[in-house]
Amino acid sequence: MNVYLLSLLVFSPLLGIVMVAIMPKKEERTIKQFGFFGTLPPLILSLFLFSQYYSGVALSSFDTKINWIRFGNLAMYDPKLFTVNFELGLDGLSLIFILLTTIVSSLAAMASIYIKQEWKGYYLLFLILEIGMLGVFTAENLILFFIFFEMTLIPTFFLIGRWGFLEKEKASYSFLIYNGIGSAVLLVAILILFARTGTTNIEALSQMMTMGGVSLFAPISGSMKYGLCLAFIIAFAIKLPVFPFHSWMVRVHAEAPPSIVMIHAGVLLKIGAYGIIRFGMGIFPEQYKSLAFIVVLFGVLSLLYGAFLALLQTDFKLVLAYSSVSHMGIVMMGLGALNESGIQGAIFQVISHGLIAALLFFLVGVLYERTGTTMLTKLGGLTKSMPIFSGLLLAGGMASLGLPGMSGFISEFMVFLGLFKSQPLFAAIGALGLVLTAVYMLRAVLMITFGKSNSLVEKEKHDLKGLEFVPTVVLLGLIISVGVYPNLLGGPLQETIDAMMLALGGR
Amino acid sequence: MDWNTMLSYNWGAMMPEFIILGTAMILSILDLFWPKHFNRRKLAWLALTGIILAFLSLISLFSFETVSILSDTFRLDSFAKAFKLILLFGAGLVILLAESYEPQEGLQEHRGEFYYLFLTALLGAMIMTSSGDMITLFVGLELLSLSSYILVGIRKHNRKSNEASMKYVINGGISTAITLFGMSYLYGVTGSVNLGEMSRTMAAMTDGQLQYIMGLAFFMVFVGLSFKIAAAPFHMWAPDVYEGAPTPVVAFLSVISKTAGFVIILRIFLSLFLTAPGDTFGALDFLEKNNIYIAFVAGLTIIIGNVIALRQQNLKRLFAFSSIAHAGYLLVAVATMGGGYFLMDTVWFYLLAYLLMNIGVFAVIQLLSSQSGSEDISILAGLGGRSPYLAIAFTVFILSLAGIPGTTGFIGKLNIFLGTFITEPGHYVLAGIMIAGTIVSYVYYFGLLVQVFFRPIHSDKVIKIRSGLSTVIIICLVGTILFGIVPNLALDFLHNQFGDFTDFISSE
Repeated sequence: MNVYLLSLLVFSPLLGIVMVAIMPKKEERTIKQFGFFGTLPPLILSLFLFSQYYSGVALSSFDTKINWIRFGNLAMYDPKLFTVNFELGLDGLSLIFILLTTIVSSLAAMASIYIKQEWKGYYLLFLILEIGMLGVFTAENLILFFIFFEMTLIPTFFLIGRWGFLEKEKASYSFLIYNGIGSAVLLVAILILFARTGTTNIEALSQMMTMGGVSLFAPISGSMKYGLCLAFIIAFAIKLPVFPFHSWMVRVHAEAPPSIVMIHAGVLLKIGAYGIIRFGMGIFPEQYKSLAFIVVLFGVLSLLYGAFLALLQTDFKLVLAYSSVSHMGIVMMGLGALNESGIQGAIFQVISHGLIAALLFFLVGVLYERTGTTMLTKLGGLTKSMPIFSGLLLAGGMASLGLPGMSGFISEFMVFLGLFKSQPLFAAIGALGLVLTAVYMLRAVLMITFGKSNSLVEKEKHDLKGLEFVPTVVLLGLIISVGVYPNLLGGPLQETIDAMMLALGGR
Repeated sequence: MDWNTMLSYNWGAMMPEFIILGTAMILSILDLFWPKHFNRRKLAWLALTGIILAFLSLISLFSFETVSILSDTFRLDSFAKAFKLILLFGAGLVILLAESYEPQEGLQEHRGEFYYLFLTALLGAMIMTSSGDMITLFVGLELLSLSSYILVGIRKHNRKSNEASMKYVINGGISTAITLFGMSYLYGVTGSVNLGEMSRTMAAMTDGQLQYIMGLAFFMVFVGLSFKIAAAPFHMWAPDVYEGAPTPVVAFLSVISKTAGFVIILRIFLSLFLTAPGDTFGALDFLEKNNIYIAFVAGLTIIIGNVIALRQQNLKRLFAFSSIAHAGYLLVAVATMGGGYFLMDTVWFYLLAYLLMNIGVFAVIQLLSSQSGSEDISILAGLGGRSPYLAIAFTVFILSLAGIPGTTGFIGKLNIFLGTFITEPGHYVLAGIMIAGTIVSYVYYFGLLVQVFFRPIHSDKVIKIRSGLSTVIIICLVGTILFGIVPNLALDFLHNQFGDFTDFISSE
């Protein structure tokens, strides 16, 4: 049973796909229900995995391995040479990311009630996207990772381009090209590794790169290792995104439908952080150590650049988009700190931003549904007509700026704790960004909730109702519980981080 | 040669060729004598039957050891078997396309010829895969070319078709002349036309003077054959010919003809130039020393194909440039020799992938353009709403052409990349051009998908699909996905049946 559990988890959205696919096009209600139910099996399975973990089952017992592709006719040298297996595996890090994926997906499926047309195509793509995301976090080799990675790309392209706002096609193209370039860099790095070593298994590769295993065809020189490490970092920095590769993500945040932005900001961007940790740090620890300086540098740049631009925006979606750039900068800073609290903080920040961004963009969807705009200048005084919404927005904003007791605080605190140890100068400069974060977030949130009442919103507005409470309450609950009891994440992560510190030479 | 030696040959090895030849003859006689009111469309099924029989007989030949008859002019080795599989499979699909072809004008009186000319062209391609001799190689090439010239111009009263045919004849004629000229040099330095014998003579040729002539011959043969596979800078004919030719013929040219072009390149280069010394010391072999030229053409082909495709509004022209780009990807594999480990299976698999996705795309184009009478990319508009299943099939083909994982095209590209990186130093520039070309190709491939899914419906006419056409689309769709997800079905089959293609040149 255990052996098939991960495959079952990854492909469980297929059930929903079949259910949606057999429905006639016009059955809006049923399709939406089925689409949501389609996200439940992975959610249940991932919660089951989490409970298994807490009851002490070793995560490695879920590993799956099936022979899949063999390239070339080289079996006479070594039957394993140039084989790619279908192998899925789990450790603390991926477990956390899978939980994030399944939770955010289910909530985003709920938020998709605002989708106005062609529900069938929407939910089909949505569920394919979920398969891709689950696969990315469980793949045990690079080729499989890449396949799932691209599997997230294509549905997202269509979801943005078909169901987005006014300039959706431009946004989807920009998404495609930037991510295409990112995955091209990634593919080249993966294939050089594959061609030179004959394997793509992550564990085998990190062993070969650190301890110097046998490479059969041509050696990987020292400088090439730096090149490959840098290629991984760049590929995932585009995905994350880090300044100066952020422009596509801003467009996507502004133009994609809010439910897709929930997925995008909540999970898809996080693949970038996951990739840097898994591949940059995991396979090339030595090289990563000497490149960490650059990682921190671009982290600080993104943090400040994002924060400054967020300060100037008049569209709430753009404020949130630049705030994402800025928060991803903090992730990079943590990853570059090279010590336990820095890396732990970075992972915490990834999860916490995933939850916060999902919450805020759900609220954006709610807001747009009622007022038809997200421009700060046109909104104002919503506390009167929508008090619950305003409260939640304020809570989300507070979480985003790192109020103690919420998840944002604990992660930023740990990142800076780590960074002050290793790069005090950068940490000091970066700390300025935190002040800016508070300024832009409060400015935006207060303009919407308080501010002077605007003609646009003077009419009676519905406050949150019914189902809309579920995503907000769940997300806010998670944000607060991580903030109050960080060990919820810290527990599963500890083992992975310990292994990583060992490879990085421990500090 | 007396009667007894003639009878002593193992003619069974040529069975697939005989079947195709026989079918073509029967078809031509039927076409000649049957009354005018008889619908010639039915002849397609006869042609298809012939191809299927040839395919089956080819499979029955798999158990044969390498056979060589007619003093090594005709060889049935692993290479021949493997590539004939692709040719026959592709030809079967193309005949089905041709059966369903209903142009607005100009095919009523020549439909009969249409079918048996496909078969003679196919016969030429098959002879090429099996040639152990330059004369048969050339005869095969010409049989293929001459049949294609007529096929391109078969819509006698269509101006574009005529223009295309004329351009094709002139360009093809020039390329043939150049190839032949190069071959004459090869004959001059080796004194033989048998590839095996030539290979042994050339391998011993360390004289710098002779190597110079060898180089000259290499260039001319390569230039001549680059015309055939439409590699830049000799690609100019392709867009015009593709635009003017009937759609099934375009599918034939872009798949079968291209496969045949790569077959002859591999036959000549691997037989002659792989073992020939590249300098007077024999330290480098000839291809190692000169693969930079192939690499240059490959890079240029990828860049030109992909960049010019960006601006195309006519679907057939667009796919002409796309097919030029794909020829570039394949040339990368030839230039790097697959890193020494991945040549034959890479080229074979890529051609298989290319066959499936390209014939699939042309099936959809044929369907839409014959209904609307236009070939502009706007005929795709709103296909997602008009016919979701057709749109999904088309999307899969396009994703495969773009090399997105989960499709056959991705695995094919993966193989090529492995070959470029495996050697030290790796061919990073070539790989870089290829990956950049792929990114550029996203723009126009996804531009088509934007038409299909994001644009409003172009016409409300219900799409009627003939059974032949839907069969083609389904086969291509299943193949594209199947070999993308479990490529080992094809790769293992290839390795188990043919190993490393060690019987490529005759050794006696």
